[in-house]
Amino acid sequence: MKKRSRSTEVILSTDSINVVYQESLIALQNVSLDIPAAKLTAILGPSGCGKTTLLKVIAGLIKPTSGSVKVRGKEIEGPGPDRALVFQDFALLPWATVLQNVGFGLRARGVPKKERDETSLHYIKEVGLLGFEDKYPHQLSGGMRQRTGLARALTINSDILLMDEPFSAVDEQMRRKLQEDLLNLLKVENKTVIFVTHSIEEAVYLADQVIILSGRPGSVAEIVYPKIDRTGEIDLIRRQPGYIDLVDEIWSSLKKYVE
Amino acid sequence: MENQLKYSQANEDSKLNITKVGPKTSLLFFRIISFFLVFLIWELAGRSDISIAFPPFSKVFLAFIEMILSGEFVEAYADSLPPLLIGLLITVVGGVIIGVSVGLVRSAEWFIMPLLIIFQTAPVSALIPMLTYIYGISDTSKIVAIVILGMPLVALNSYKGIQSTNPSLLEMSASFLASRTNTIIFVILPSAQKMIFAGLRLGISGAFIGIVLAELLITPTGIGDLITYNRFIARYDKMFATIVSILAIAGLTLSLMRVFEDWLFPKEKN
Repeated sequence: MKKRSRSTEVILSTDSINVVYQESLIALQNVSLDIPAAKLTAILGPSGCGKTTLLKVIAGLIKPTSGSVKVRGKEIEGPGPDRALVFQDFALLPWATVLQNVGFGLRARGVPKKERDETSLHYIKEVGLLGFEDKYPHQLSGGMRQRTGLARALTINSDILLMDEPFSAVDEQMRRKLQEDLLNLLKVENKTVIFVTHSIEEAVYLADQVIILSGRPGSVAEIVYPKIDRTGEIDLIRRQPGYIDLVDEIWSSLKKYVE
Repeated sequence: MENQLKYSQANEDSKLNITKVGPKTSLLFFRIISFFLVFLIWELAGRSDISIAFPPFSKVFLAFIEMILSGEFVEAYADSLPPLLIGLLITVVGGVIIGVSVGLVRSAEWFIMPLLIIFQTAPVSALIPMLTYIYGISDTSKIVAIVILGMPLVALNSYKGIQSTNPSLLEMSASFLASRTNTIIFVILPSAQKMIFAGLRLGISGAFIGIVLAELLITPTGIGDLITYNRFIARYDKMFATIVSILAIAGLTLSLMRVFEDWLFPKEKN
Protein backbone atom coordinates (compact mmCIF):
# COMPACT_ATOMS: atom_id res chain seq x y z
CA MET A 1 0.00 0.00 0.00
CA LYS A 2 1.18 3.45 -0.89
CA LYS A 3 2.10 4.94 2.40
CA ARG A 4 4.18 7.98 2.74
CA SER A 5 4.58 10.64 5.34
CA ARG A 6 3.82 14.16 4.34
CA SER A 7 5.63 17.18 5.47
CA THR A 8 2.71 19.54 5.69
CA GLU A 9 1.70 21.53 8.73
CA VAL A 10 -0.46 19.61 11.21
CA ILE A 11 -3.44 21.77 12.13
CA LEU A 12 -5.32 19.33 14.35
CA SER A 13 -4.22 16.28 16.24
CA THR A 14 -5.78 13.78 18.55
CA ASP A 15 -3.80 12.08 21.25
CA SER A 16 -4.82 8.57 22.36
CA ILE A 17 -8.53 9.25 22.51
CA ASN A 18 -10.67 6.73 24.34
CA VAL A 19 -14.41 7.00 24.53
CA VAL A 20 -16.25 4.60 26.80
CA TYR A 21 -20.02 4.62 27.11
CA GLN A 22 -21.75 3.33 30.22
CA GLU A 23 -18.51 2.02 31.69
CA SER A 24 -18.33 -0.97 29.36
CA LEU A 25 -19.13 -0.09 25.77
CA ILE A 26 -15.90 1.07 24.18
CA ALA A 27 -16.64 3.31 21.21
CA LEU A 28 -13.12 4.53 20.47
CA GLN A 29 -9.83 3.03 21.54
CA ASN A 30 -6.53 4.81 21.53
CA VAL A 31 -7.12 7.01 18.49
CA SER A 32 -4.15 9.21 17.67
CA LEU A 33 -4.27 11.20 14.46
CA ASP A 34 -2.55 14.07 12.72
CA ILE A 35 -4.68 16.13 10.38
CA PRO A 36 -2.73 18.10 7.77
CA ALA A 37 -3.76 21.70 7.13
CA ALA A 38 -5.62 22.64 3.94
CA LYS A 39 -6.17 18.99 3.04
CA LEU A 40 -9.18 16.71 2.92
CA THR A 41 -9.12 13.91 5.44
CA ALA A 42 -11.70 11.15 5.28
CA ILE A 43 -12.62 8.99 8.24
CA LEU A 44 -13.78 5.68 6.83
CA GLY A 45 -15.04 2.60 8.57
CA PRO A 46 -17.85 0.07 8.94
CA SER A 47 -21.09 1.29 10.49
CA GLY A 48 -21.01 1.45 14.27
CA CYS A 49 -17.23 1.80 14.40
CA GLY A 50 -17.34 5.18 16.08
CA LYS A 51 -16.66 7.42 13.05
CA THR A 52 -19.28 9.94 14.05
CA THR A 53 -18.23 9.72 17.69
CA LEU A 54 -14.67 10.58 16.65
CA LEU A 55 -15.88 13.56 14.64
CA LYS A 56 -17.99 14.79 17.55
CA VAL A 57 -15.02 14.44 19.88
CA ILE A 58 -13.01 16.57 17.45
CA ALA A 59 -15.92 19.04 17.27
CA GLY A 60 -15.89 19.26 21.07
CA LEU A 61 -19.46 17.98 21.40
CA ILE A 62 -18.40 14.75 23.12
CA LYS A 63 -15.81 14.76 25.87
CA PRO A 64 -13.46 11.81 25.48
CA THR A 65 -13.09 9.52 28.47
CA SER A 66 -9.36 10.04 28.14
CA GLY A 67 -7.02 11.63 25.63
CA SER A 68 -7.09 15.05 24.07
CA VAL A 69 -7.72 16.98 20.86
CA LYS A 70 -5.37 19.78 19.95
CA VAL A 71 -5.88 22.51 17.40
CA ARG A 72 -2.56 24.13 16.45
CA GLY A 73 -1.06 22.57 19.55
CA LYS A 74 -3.68 23.97 21.91
CA GLU A 75 -5.98 21.56 23.69
CA ILE A 76 -9.68 22.14 23.01
CA GLU A 77 -12.22 22.55 25.80
CA GLY A 78 -15.33 22.18 23.67
CA PRO A 79 -16.74 23.58 20.45
CA GLY A 80 -14.66 26.50 19.17
CA PRO A 81 -14.56 29.16 16.47
CA ASP A 82 -11.80 27.24 14.67
CA ARG A 83 -14.10 24.34 13.78
CA ALA A 84 -17.43 24.38 11.91
CA LEU A 85 -19.70 21.38 11.63
CA VAL A 86 -21.86 20.10 8.76
CA PHE A 87 -24.47 17.61 9.91
CA GLN A 88 -25.61 14.33 8.43
CA ASP A 89 -29.28 15.23 8.99
CA PHE A 90 -28.60 18.87 7.99
CA ALA A 91 -29.77 20.17 11.42
CA LEU A 92 -31.64 23.09 9.91
CA LEU A 93 -34.21 25.03 11.91
CA PRO A 94 -37.49 24.10 10.18
CA TRP A 95 -39.14 27.41 11.08
CA ALA A 96 -36.32 29.54 9.70
CA THR A 97 -35.57 30.54 6.11
CA VAL A 98 -32.37 29.57 4.30
CA LEU A 99 -31.01 33.05 5.03
CA GLN A 100 -31.81 32.76 8.73
CA ASN A 101 -30.42 29.24 8.92
CA VAL A 102 -27.19 30.20 7.19
CA GLY A 103 -26.86 33.20 9.50
CA PHE A 104 -27.35 31.14 12.68
CA GLY A 105 -23.69 30.93 13.62
CA LEU A 106 -23.23 34.66 13.10
CA ARG A 107 -26.38 35.45 15.05
CA ALA A 108 -25.16 33.32 17.95
CA ARG A 109 -22.00 35.41 17.83
CA GLY A 110 -23.97 38.64 18.04
CA VAL A 111 -23.14 39.86 14.52
CA PRO A 112 -25.56 42.68 13.58
CA LYS A 113 -28.31 41.79 11.09
CA LYS A 114 -27.03 43.80 8.13
CA GLU A 115 -23.56 42.34 8.24
CA ARG A 116 -24.96 38.90 9.01
CA ASP A 117 -27.22 38.94 5.96
CA GLU A 118 -24.41 40.19 3.72
CA THR A 119 -22.05 37.41 4.79
CA SER A 120 -24.82 34.81 4.61
CA LEU A 121 -25.81 35.88 1.10
CA HIS A 122 -22.20 35.68 -0.01
CA TYR A 123 -21.99 32.04 1.02
CA ILE A 124 -25.50 31.22 -0.18
CA LYS A 125 -24.26 32.37 -3.56
CA GLU A 126 -21.06 30.38 -3.20
CA VAL A 127 -22.89 27.10 -2.56
CA GLY A 128 -25.25 27.83 -5.46
CA LEU A 129 -28.42 28.63 -3.55
CA LEU A 130 -28.95 32.21 -4.65
CA GLY A 131 -32.65 32.83 -5.15
CA PHE A 132 -33.61 30.37 -2.45
CA GLU A 133 -32.67 32.49 0.56
CA ASP A 134 -36.30 33.07 1.57
CA LYS A 135 -37.34 29.43 1.26
CA TYR A 136 -37.93 27.17 4.24
CA PRO A 137 -36.12 23.83 4.61
CA HIS A 138 -39.25 21.80 3.84
CA GLN A 139 -39.43 23.52 0.47
CA LEU A 140 -35.92 22.39 -0.46
CA SER A 141 -34.56 19.13 -1.82
CA GLY A 142 -32.08 17.11 0.23
CA GLY A 143 -29.17 18.45 -1.76
CA MET A 144 -30.26 22.04 -1.26
CA ARG A 145 -30.67 21.46 2.46
CA GLN A 146 -27.13 20.19 2.70
CA ARG A 147 -25.89 23.19 0.71
CA THR A 148 -27.64 25.34 3.30
CA GLY A 149 -25.84 23.43 6.05
CA LEU A 150 -22.55 23.89 4.23
CA ALA A 151 -23.13 27.63 3.74
CA ARG A 152 -23.90 27.96 7.46
CA ALA A 153 -20.61 26.26 8.31
CA LEU A 154 -18.71 28.53 5.92
CA THR A 155 -20.09 31.81 7.31
CA ILE A 156 -18.20 31.59 10.56
CA ASN A 157 -14.94 31.46 8.63
CA SER A 158 -13.27 28.72 10.62
CA ASP A 159 -10.22 26.98 9.24
CA ILE A 160 -11.49 23.49 9.86
CA LEU A 161 -14.65 22.10 8.35
CA LEU A 162 -16.03 18.96 9.99
CA MET A 163 -18.54 17.02 7.94
CA ASP A 164 -20.52 14.11 9.33
CA GLU A 165 -21.55 11.86 6.41
CA PRO A 166 -22.55 15.03 4.62
CA PHE A 167 -23.82 13.39 1.45
CA SER A 168 -25.36 10.20 2.80
CA ALA A 169 -28.90 11.54 3.03
CA VAL A 170 -29.14 12.50 -0.65
CA ASP A 171 -29.48 10.34 -3.75
CA GLU A 172 -26.55 9.10 -5.80
CA GLN A 173 -26.66 11.73 -8.54
CA MET A 174 -27.02 14.56 -6.08
CA ARG A 175 -24.17 13.06 -4.07
CA ARG A 176 -21.86 13.20 -7.09
CA LYS A 177 -22.88 16.77 -7.80
CA LEU A 178 -22.30 17.83 -4.21
CA GLN A 179 -18.90 16.11 -4.16
CA GLU A 180 -17.84 17.93 -7.29
CA ASP A 181 -19.11 21.21 -5.91
CA LEU A 182 -17.23 20.62 -2.68
CA LEU A 183 -13.98 20.11 -4.57
CA ASN A 184 -14.60 23.26 -6.61
CA LEU A 185 -15.45 25.18 -3.47
CA LEU A 186 -12.26 24.10 -1.77
CA LYS A 187 -10.26 25.54 -4.64
CA VAL A 188 -11.66 28.92 -3.57
CA GLU A 189 -11.82 28.43 0.17
CA ASN A 190 -8.65 27.39 1.87
CA LYS A 191 -10.06 24.92 4.39
CA THR A 192 -9.00 21.84 6.23
CA VAL A 193 -11.80 19.32 5.82
CA ILE A 194 -12.39 16.27 7.95
CA PHE A 195 -15.31 14.23 6.77
CA VAL A 196 -16.84 11.00 7.90
CA THR A 197 -18.07 8.57 5.29
CA HIS A 198 -18.94 4.93 4.83
CA SER A 199 -18.32 5.13 1.10
CA ILE A 200 -14.88 3.96 -0.03
CA GLU A 201 -15.36 5.62 -3.44
CA GLU A 202 -16.23 8.91 -1.80
CA ALA A 203 -13.20 8.74 0.47
CA VAL A 204 -10.78 7.99 -2.39
CA TYR A 205 -12.43 10.49 -4.69
CA LEU A 206 -12.31 13.39 -2.27
CA ALA A 207 -9.62 12.81 0.30
CA ASP A 208 -5.89 13.41 0.47
CA GLN A 209 -5.72 11.21 3.54
CA VAL A 210 -8.04 8.34 4.37
CA ILE A 211 -8.16 7.13 7.95
CA ILE A 212 -9.57 3.63 8.15
CA LEU A 213 -11.14 2.70 11.45
CA SER A 214 -11.56 -0.90 12.49
CA GLY A 215 -14.86 -2.27 13.74
CA ARG A 216 -16.01 -1.81 17.32
CA PRO A 217 -14.17 -0.67 19.33
CA GLY A 218 -13.03 1.87 16.77
CA SER A 219 -9.30 2.25 16.46
CA VAL A 220 -7.09 3.35 13.59
CA ALA A 221 -6.53 0.34 11.37
CA GLU A 222 -4.69 2.02 8.56
CA ILE A 223 -3.99 5.39 6.99
CA VAL A 224 -3.96 5.67 3.22
CA TYR A 225 -2.88 8.61 1.08
CA PRO A 226 -4.63 8.50 -2.28
CA LYS A 227 -2.31 9.92 -4.91
CA ILE A 228 -5.03 11.42 -6.98
CA ASP A 229 -4.37 14.46 -9.07
CA ARG A 230 -7.18 16.92 -8.41
CA THR A 231 -5.66 19.91 -10.14
CA GLY A 232 -7.25 19.27 -13.52
CA GLU A 233 -10.78 18.52 -14.60
CA ILE A 234 -12.88 17.05 -11.82
CA ASP A 235 -14.51 14.63 -14.25
CA LEU A 236 -11.18 12.97 -14.85
CA ILE A 237 -10.54 12.01 -11.23
CA ARG A 238 -12.47 8.76 -11.42
CA ARG A 239 -10.61 7.77 -14.61
CA GLN A 240 -7.18 7.93 -13.08
CA PRO A 241 -5.47 4.53 -12.94
CA GLY A 242 -4.87 4.70 -9.20
CA TYR A 243 -8.50 5.33 -8.37
CA ILE A 244 -10.08 1.89 -8.86
CA ASP A 245 -7.01 0.07 -7.54
CA LEU A 246 -7.09 2.02 -4.33
CA VAL A 247 -10.82 1.49 -3.88
CA ASP A 248 -10.23 -2.27 -4.19
CA GLU A 249 -7.26 -2.15 -1.89
CA ILE A 250 -9.19 -0.34 0.82
CA TRP A 251 -12.14 -2.68 0.44
CA SER A 252 -9.96 -5.74 0.94
CA SER A 253 -8.49 -4.33 4.12
CA LEU A 254 -11.86 -3.09 5.36
CA LYS A 255 -13.71 -6.30 4.57
CA LYS A 256 -12.65 -8.13 7.68
CA TYR A 257 -14.30 -5.53 9.93
CA VAL A 258 -17.66 -5.67 8.19
CA GLU A 259 -19.93 -8.21 9.80
CA MET B 1 -52.16 7.14 26.86
CA GLU B 2 -54.62 9.99 26.71
CA ASN B 3 -51.75 12.39 26.59
CA GLN B 4 -50.03 10.69 23.71
CA LEU B 5 -53.23 10.89 21.81
CA LYS B 6 -53.35 14.61 22.42
CA TYR B 7 -49.78 15.10 21.30
CA SER B 8 -50.29 13.19 18.11
CA GLN B 9 -53.37 15.22 17.50
CA ALA B 10 -51.33 18.37 17.87
CA ASN B 11 -48.97 17.01 15.24
CA GLU B 12 -51.81 16.18 12.92
CA ASP B 13 -52.98 19.76 13.32
CA SER B 14 -49.66 21.14 12.26
CA LYS B 15 -49.52 18.84 9.25
CA LEU B 16 -52.91 20.01 8.20
CA ASN B 17 -51.72 23.58 8.36
CA ILE B 18 -48.98 22.88 5.89
CA THR B 19 -51.03 20.95 3.38
CA LYS B 20 -53.97 23.31 3.60
CA VAL B 21 -54.61 24.67 0.13
CA GLY B 22 -57.07 27.04 -1.42
CA PRO B 23 -58.31 30.43 -0.32
CA LYS B 24 -59.41 31.08 3.23
CA THR B 25 -62.95 31.88 2.16
CA SER B 26 -63.68 28.30 1.11
CA LEU B 27 -62.56 27.10 4.52
CA LEU B 28 -64.94 29.55 6.17
CA PHE B 29 -67.68 28.34 3.87
CA PHE B 30 -67.20 24.73 4.93
CA ARG B 31 -67.16 25.72 8.57
CA ILE B 32 -70.47 27.51 8.22
CA ILE B 33 -71.90 24.49 6.38
CA SER B 34 -70.74 22.19 9.16
CA PHE B 35 -72.37 24.38 11.83
CA PHE B 36 -75.51 24.53 9.78
CA LEU B 37 -75.60 20.72 9.50
CA VAL B 38 -75.21 20.30 13.24
CA PHE B 39 -78.04 22.77 13.88
CA LEU B 40 -80.22 21.01 11.32
CA ILE B 41 -79.70 17.58 12.89
CA TRP B 42 -80.28 19.10 16.29
CA GLU B 43 -83.54 20.66 15.09
CA LEU B 44 -84.76 17.37 13.60
CA ALA B 45 -83.74 15.36 16.64
CA GLY B 46 -85.37 17.88 18.96
CA ARG B 47 -88.67 17.71 17.09
CA SER B 48 -88.75 13.92 17.09
CA ASP B 49 -89.92 13.42 20.67
CA ILE B 50 -86.70 11.95 22.02
CA SER B 51 -87.31 13.55 25.34
CA ILE B 52 -88.96 16.62 26.71
CA ALA B 53 -85.56 17.55 28.10
CA PHE B 54 -84.12 17.87 24.59
CA PRO B 55 -85.64 20.90 22.87
CA PRO B 56 -85.06 21.60 19.18
CA PHE B 57 -82.46 24.12 18.10
CA SER B 58 -84.98 26.81 17.20
CA LYS B 59 -86.42 26.88 20.73
CA VAL B 60 -82.94 27.06 22.23
CA PHE B 61 -82.01 29.84 19.84
CA LEU B 62 -85.05 31.87 20.86
CA ALA B 63 -84.27 31.25 24.52
CA PHE B 64 -80.72 32.41 23.86
CA ILE B 65 -81.96 35.73 22.39
CA GLU B 66 -84.43 36.11 25.24
CA MET B 67 -81.74 35.58 27.87
CA ILE B 68 -79.47 38.15 26.25
CA LEU B 69 -82.26 40.72 26.16
CA SER B 70 -83.53 40.03 29.68
CA GLY B 71 -80.04 40.45 31.10
CA GLU B 72 -79.90 36.94 32.56
CA PHE B 73 -76.63 36.26 30.76
CA VAL B 74 -75.17 39.60 31.79
CA GLU B 75 -75.97 38.90 35.41
CA ALA B 76 -74.64 35.35 35.33
CA TYR B 77 -71.44 36.20 33.47
CA ALA B 78 -70.78 39.13 35.78
CA ASP B 79 -70.42 36.43 38.46
CA SER B 80 -68.54 33.89 36.38
CA LEU B 81 -66.20 35.89 34.17
CA PRO B 82 -63.93 37.54 36.77
CA PRO B 83 -62.84 34.27 38.43
CA LEU B 84 -62.70 32.64 34.98
CA LEU B 85 -60.35 35.30 33.64
CA ILE B 86 -58.11 35.21 36.69
CA GLY B 87 -58.08 31.41 36.56
CA LEU B 88 -57.28 31.42 32.84
CA LEU B 89 -54.44 33.87 33.36
CA ILE B 90 -52.90 31.72 36.10
CA THR B 91 -53.44 28.58 34.01
CA VAL B 92 -51.82 30.03 30.91
CA VAL B 93 -48.93 31.97 32.42
CA GLY B 94 -48.24 29.59 35.30
CA GLY B 95 -48.61 26.48 33.17
CA VAL B 96 -46.18 27.67 30.52
CA ILE B 97 -43.66 28.92 33.07
CA ILE B 98 -43.77 25.68 35.07
CA GLY B 99 -43.68 23.44 31.98
CA VAL B 100 -40.88 25.34 30.29
CA SER B 101 -38.71 25.62 33.37
CA VAL B 102 -39.14 21.96 34.27
CA GLY B 103 -38.27 21.11 30.67
CA LEU B 104 -35.14 23.25 30.79
CA VAL B 105 -33.95 22.35 34.28
CA ARG B 106 -33.62 18.62 34.55
CA SER B 107 -33.26 18.72 38.34
CA ALA B 108 -36.76 20.15 38.75
CA GLU B 109 -38.26 17.25 36.86
CA TRP B 110 -38.52 14.66 39.62
CA PHE B 111 -40.08 17.18 41.97
CA ILE B 112 -42.89 18.59 39.87
CA MET B 113 -43.73 15.91 37.31
CA PRO B 114 -45.42 13.44 39.68
CA LEU B 115 -47.67 16.24 41.00
CA LEU B 116 -48.69 17.28 37.50
CA ILE B 117 -49.38 13.73 36.40
CA ILE B 118 -51.46 13.02 39.51
CA PHE B 119 -53.53 16.16 38.97
CA GLN B 120 -53.97 15.35 35.33
CA THR B 121 -55.19 11.81 35.87
CA ALA B 122 -57.09 12.24 39.14
CA PRO B 123 -60.89 12.43 38.96
CA VAL B 124 -60.76 16.12 39.76
CA SER B 125 -64.52 16.57 39.71
CA ALA B 126 -64.67 14.37 42.78
CA LEU B 127 -62.12 16.57 44.52
CA ILE B 128 -63.68 19.90 43.65
CA PRO B 129 -66.34 19.83 46.40
CA MET B 130 -63.47 19.43 48.87
CA LEU B 131 -62.27 22.88 47.89
CA THR B 132 -65.26 24.29 49.75
CA TYR B 133 -63.75 23.08 53.02
CA ILE B 134 -60.64 25.06 52.34
CA TYR B 135 -61.77 28.18 50.51
CA GLY B 136 -65.49 28.24 51.33
CA ILE B 137 -68.07 29.37 48.83
CA SER B 138 -65.95 31.97 47.12
CA ASP B 139 -64.29 33.05 43.90
CA THR B 140 -61.08 31.55 45.22
CA SER B 141 -62.65 28.09 45.09
CA LYS B 142 -63.63 28.68 41.46
CA ILE B 143 -60.15 29.91 40.56
CA VAL B 144 -58.51 26.93 42.22
CA ALA B 145 -60.87 24.56 40.38
CA ILE B 146 -59.99 26.21 37.07
CA VAL B 147 -56.27 26.04 37.72
CA ILE B 148 -56.38 22.42 38.86
CA LEU B 149 -58.19 21.39 35.67
CA GLY B 150 -56.31 23.56 33.23
CA MET B 151 -52.76 24.06 34.40
CA PRO B 152 -51.46 20.45 34.38
CA LEU B 153 -52.38 20.18 30.70
CA VAL B 154 -50.55 23.38 29.83
CA ALA B 155 -47.52 22.50 31.95
CA LEU B 156 -47.24 18.89 30.74
CA ASN B 157 -47.50 19.83 27.07
CA SER B 158 -45.04 22.70 27.44
CA TYR B 159 -42.66 20.34 29.22
CA LYS B 160 -43.02 17.71 26.49
CA GLY B 161 -42.52 20.37 23.85
CA ILE B 162 -39.26 21.53 25.41
CA GLN B 163 -38.07 17.96 25.93
CA SER B 164 -38.81 16.96 22.34
CA THR B 165 -36.38 19.47 20.86
CA ASN B 166 -34.42 17.66 18.17
CA PRO B 167 -31.08 16.74 19.84
CA SER B 168 -29.33 17.33 16.54
CA LEU B 169 -30.47 20.98 16.59
CA LEU B 170 -29.10 21.30 20.12
CA GLU B 171 -25.75 19.93 18.98
CA MET B 172 -25.83 22.32 16.05
CA SER B 173 -26.50 25.22 18.37
CA ALA B 174 -23.67 24.17 20.68
CA SER B 175 -21.22 23.68 17.83
CA PHE B 176 -21.97 27.17 16.52
CA LEU B 177 -21.19 28.51 19.99
CA ALA B 178 -24.67 29.76 20.83
CA SER B 179 -25.06 30.70 24.49
CA ARG B 180 -27.65 28.89 26.59
CA THR B 181 -29.96 31.93 26.35
CA ASN B 182 -29.60 32.09 22.57
CA THR B 183 -30.21 28.36 22.30
CA ILE B 184 -33.39 28.71 24.33
CA ILE B 185 -34.64 31.70 22.30
CA PHE B 186 -33.62 30.58 18.81
CA VAL B 187 -33.89 26.80 19.04
CA ILE B 188 -35.75 25.37 22.03
CA LEU B 189 -38.75 27.70 22.34
CA PRO B 190 -39.60 27.85 18.61
CA SER B 191 -39.36 24.08 18.42
CA ALA B 192 -41.68 23.69 21.42
CA GLN B 193 -44.12 26.29 20.11
CA LYS B 194 -46.67 23.94 18.54
CA MET B 195 -46.79 21.68 21.56
CA ILE B 196 -47.04 24.61 23.99
CA PHE B 197 -49.95 26.08 22.10
CA ALA B 198 -51.63 22.69 21.79
CA GLY B 199 -51.32 22.49 25.58
CA LEU B 200 -52.75 25.98 25.94
CA ARG B 201 -55.80 25.06 23.89
CA LEU B 202 -56.35 21.93 26.00
CA GLY B 203 -55.74 23.93 29.18
CA ILE B 204 -58.24 26.60 28.20
CA SER B 205 -60.85 23.93 27.52
CA GLY B 206 -60.00 22.44 30.92
CA ALA B 207 -60.41 25.85 32.54
CA PHE B 208 -63.92 26.21 31.13
CA ILE B 209 -64.82 22.78 32.43
CA GLY B 210 -63.37 23.89 35.77
CA ILE B 211 -65.53 26.99 36.11
CA VAL B 212 -68.72 25.13 35.20
CA LEU B 213 -67.91 22.25 37.56
CA ALA B 214 -67.12 24.66 40.36
CA GLU B 215 -70.35 26.53 39.89
CA LEU B 216 -72.37 23.32 39.62
CA LEU B 217 -70.74 21.56 42.55
CA ILE B 218 -69.67 24.23 45.02
CA THR B 219 -70.99 27.70 44.58
CA PRO B 220 -74.43 28.01 43.05
CA THR B 221 -73.73 31.27 41.27
CA GLY B 222 -73.14 32.54 37.74
CA ILE B 223 -73.59 30.32 34.71
CA GLY B 224 -73.48 27.13 36.78
CA ASP B 225 -76.44 28.38 38.74
CA LEU B 226 -78.23 29.36 35.54
CA ILE B 227 -77.87 25.78 34.30
CA THR B 228 -78.97 24.21 37.59
CA TYR B 229 -81.90 26.58 38.07
CA ASN B 230 -83.30 26.16 34.57
CA ARG B 231 -82.98 22.40 34.78
CA PHE B 232 -84.79 22.53 38.13
CA ILE B 233 -87.72 24.50 36.72
CA ALA B 234 -87.67 22.39 33.53
CA ARG B 235 -86.79 25.30 31.22
CA TYR B 236 -84.56 23.03 29.16
CA ASP B 237 -84.41 25.51 26.27
CA LYS B 238 -82.80 28.04 28.60
CA MET B 239 -80.51 25.42 30.09
CA PHE B 240 -79.21 24.49 26.64
CA ALA B 241 -78.95 28.15 25.66
CA THR B 242 -76.66 28.66 28.66
CA ILE B 243 -74.51 25.71 27.64
CA VAL B 244 -74.33 27.07 24.09
CA SER B 245 -73.23 30.44 25.46
CA ILE B 246 -70.36 28.80 27.33
CA LEU B 247 -69.35 26.91 24.19
CA ALA B 248 -69.41 30.15 22.23
CA ILE B 249 -67.20 31.94 24.74
CA ALA B 250 -64.81 28.98 24.96
CA GLY B 251 -64.63 28.89 21.17
CA LEU B 252 -63.96 32.61 21.04
CA THR B 253 -61.17 32.31 23.60
CA LEU B 254 -59.57 29.46 21.63
CA SER B 255 -59.76 31.52 18.43
CA LEU B 256 -58.12 34.45 20.19
CA MET B 257 -55.38 32.08 21.28
CA ARG B 258 -54.90 31.05 17.64
CA VAL B 259 -54.64 34.71 16.62
CA PHE B 260 -52.12 35.29 19.40
CA GLU B 261 -50.06 32.31 18.22
CA ASP B 262 -50.06 33.56 14.63
CA TRP B 263 -49.02 36.99 15.82
CA LEU B 264 -46.23 35.62 17.99
CA PHE B 265 -45.01 33.06 15.44
CA PRO B 266 -46.00 34.23 11.95
CA LYS B 267 -46.92 31.33 9.68
CA GLU B 268 -44.47 30.26 7.03
CA LYS B 269 -45.21 32.02 3.79
CA ASN B 270 -45.88 30.22 0.47
